[in-house]
Amino acid sequence: MRHTLSVLVENQPGVLTRVAGLFARRGYNIESLAVGQTHDPSVSCMTIVAGGDDLVIEQVVNQLDKLIDVIEIRDITQVKYVDRELMLLKVKAEASMRGEIMQIVDIFRARIVDIGQETLTIECTGDAGKAQAIEKSLKPFGILELARTGKIAMVRGPKYGDV
Amino acid sequence: MKLTGAEIIIKAFEHEGVDIVFGYPGGQILPFYDKLFDSSIRHILVRHEQGAAHAAEGYARATGKPGVCIATSGPGATNLVTGIANAYMDSIPIIALTGQVPTTKIGSDAFQEADITGITLPIVKHSYLVRDVNTLAGIVRSAFHIATTGRPGPVLIDLPNDVSTATAEFEYPPPVALRGYQARREIDPNLIYQAAKAIGEAKKPVIYSGGGVISSGASEELRELAERAQIPVTTTLLGKGAFPETHPLSLGMLGMHGTKYANYAISYSDLIIAIGARFDDRITGRLDTFAPHAKVIHIDVDPAEIGKNVRVHHPLNGDVRAVLKELLLRLEAPEDQEWLKQVMAWKAENPLTYAWVDGVIKPQYVIEQIWDLTRGNGIVTTEVGQNQMWAAQYYKTLAPRTFISSGGLGTMGFGLPAAIGAQAGCPDKLVFDIAGDGSIQMNSQELATAVAYNLPVKVAILNNGYLGMVRQWQELMWNRRYSQTDLNVGTPDFVKLAEAYGALGLRATRPEEVRPALEQAIATPKPVVIDFVVAREENVFPFVPPGQPLTKMVGG
Ligand SMILES: Cc1ncc(C[n+]2csc(CCOP(=O)(O)OP(=O)(O)O)c2C)c(N)n1
Ligand SMILES: [Mg+2]
Repeated sequence: MRHTLSVLVENQPGVLTRVAGLFARRGYNIESLAVGQTHDPSVSCMTIVAGGDDLVIEQVVNQLDKLIDVIEIRDITQVKYVDRELMLLKVKAEASMRGEIMQIVDIFRARIVDIGQETLTIECTGDAGKAQAIEKSLKPFGILELARTGKIAMVRGPKYGDV
Repeated sequence: MKLTGAEIIIKAFEHEGVDIVFGYPGGQILPFYDKLFDSSIRHILVRHEQGAAHAAEGYARATGKPGVCIATSGPGATNLVTGIANAYMDSIPIIALTGQVPTTKIGSDAFQEADITGITLPIVKHSYLVRDVNTLAGIVRSAFHIATTGRPGPVLIDLPNDVSTATAEFEYPPPVALRGYQARREIDPNLIYQAAKAIGEAKKPVIYSGGGVISSGASEELRELAERAQIPVTTTLLGKGAFPETHPLSLGMLGMHGTKYANYAISYSDLIIAIGARFDDRITGRLDTFAPHAKVIHIDVDPAEIGKNVRVHHPLNGDVRAVLKELLLRLEAPEDQEWLKQVMAWKAENPLTYAWVDGVIKPQYVIEQIWDLTRGNGIVTTEVGQNQMWAAQYYKTLAPRTFISSGGLGTMGFGLPAAIGAQAGCPDKLVFDIAGDGSIQMNSQELATAVAYNLPVKVAILNNGYLGMVRQWQELMWNRRYSQTDLNVGTPDFVKLAEAYGALGLRATRPEEVRPALEQAIATPKPVVIDFVVAREENVFPFVPPGQPLTKMVGG
């Protein structure tokens, strides 16, 4: 099963290497990892999506928790959370196709952020399902480039742990 | 008062009670060595940095205090790597201090630059690359705290040259609060209650104890548990000494070269009380056939170990000693004595044995004689291979911190420097390194260190002219094809080697020479090497071939 881990870490050089290295060394696979500073500049938040059975994930969590630079780790897979991912797509778009593409962009509430001679660059924010859906819809036009941030997540309701 | 980074390290070491360090100088660590010149901290100059790391570990294991090793940048630092990995695998608190190129040069492939924090990432409990002298005192404080608490382990401090010469106001900070580090956890009384109940209800309990009992200082509690509940105790290699092996309830070591009775007891038990041990593959044999009828109580300070290899029914995560104390308050002793009778019968029927051959020194006999002469009062370190397993089997360890062996990593070359570290930390103890002819050649240069500081360690080489343990595997599993395991050609004359270093060299080639040689070694107040020319193709038995169930023991 796919698990979503929300990890608070010290915002310091080398921390990402420690976390990623631990995954590699213990043979756990990272599907995506997004990291950025939080409202406390000394703390970064990592959202890690990892695949593996429950026992494996439990080991991952336990091992990560032991890293001194990991302040807090939670497996939020079973909790209600909001998640978002940002995706940029460059699509082949000759003049005759642009209308159709723009319609799709509208439906997904995505945005066009750059127009080239024969291309459109589209920004789309959403959960994993939406990212997949827009990719699928745009595929017939020819996707030239695609970049995604990996998902970030936040538990719904009051501050997690305060309830 | 303003101090340089180098001075801050020394002050901080003093605050941490460091009296001895093991190291080797070089360019980038020179500012530190210059200040060390005026310090009261005793520095032992090893002959290879690997020796410094192992010596620091030997010191730590013998004394219970953290060991410190020091090296310069680049090759000095990389020479520490095996020793750091060894300490990591065996959860031993050491601090490794390495010099580094100046911060302005880091990343430029400067002369003798090695990314030692990167290289050691998977083998340290934590590491620091110091970038600002103002953080240095706090870092040293945290390093010692992290190394010695929770599940102990090595911590590396990489000190760039310019940081060691920069100055800062020195004040040793109060204990640092590390928000990402929790050394101790509260124990749930309900879990203790459940575990105590399980012990009371068990029909066939067995205690399986490891190095965690020794590092948490819980031998007394372990003994009380065993005696009050009349439960037999088997230990791992690292657990040797946690429970006196002369005790009627002792089953000695279990696992690949464990006693038959320990392996039977664990295999047929209905309750395993695992204490500070981690169900390593050398212990469990084939995992899916391991102790099929047993429920498991697992006491360990490291939550990640609980449930890692085997299913645990009663997880007790916390400091081993603290948990045992709680458990003892609620202990219900099983009433049934049938099981104990059965285990004792196994023990009586399956003693460790070897065949005596007239005129030939059997390696087991040498260990028996070492035990007989020391009565378990000394400290034994070992190298790796057959010598190590015979030492584990035949040297009955009585007290914690007196048997020091490379367990998790199995590092040949560990024994001599570890003995030097143990001897430096315990000057009044008799320290033996039980060695193999292969292993001793991996760090024999440390004989110079032993002589230079008159650390009178006794190196007992069980010289079989082979990389014996590998040869044993080749004999039993690879059709006697002795590929690259014969050492006879090229091995030095160990007596002359000892003499070349200024140590005493002795040799025994017949059984009747064993005891006199040992007596002479013990009576000699300086380092001694004894070359015991032993039966060449003796095997370590019992033996559970890798991947087999524990009950499938071969030989013995
Ligand atoms: C550094 C290192 N290299 C290789 C090995 C693999 N190994 C394990 S035991 C052994 C043989 C050890 O020979 P010796 O020291 O003579 O001991 P014996 O088994 O003969 O008692 C070897 C090569 C190891 N454990 N450590
Ligand atoms: Mg040998």
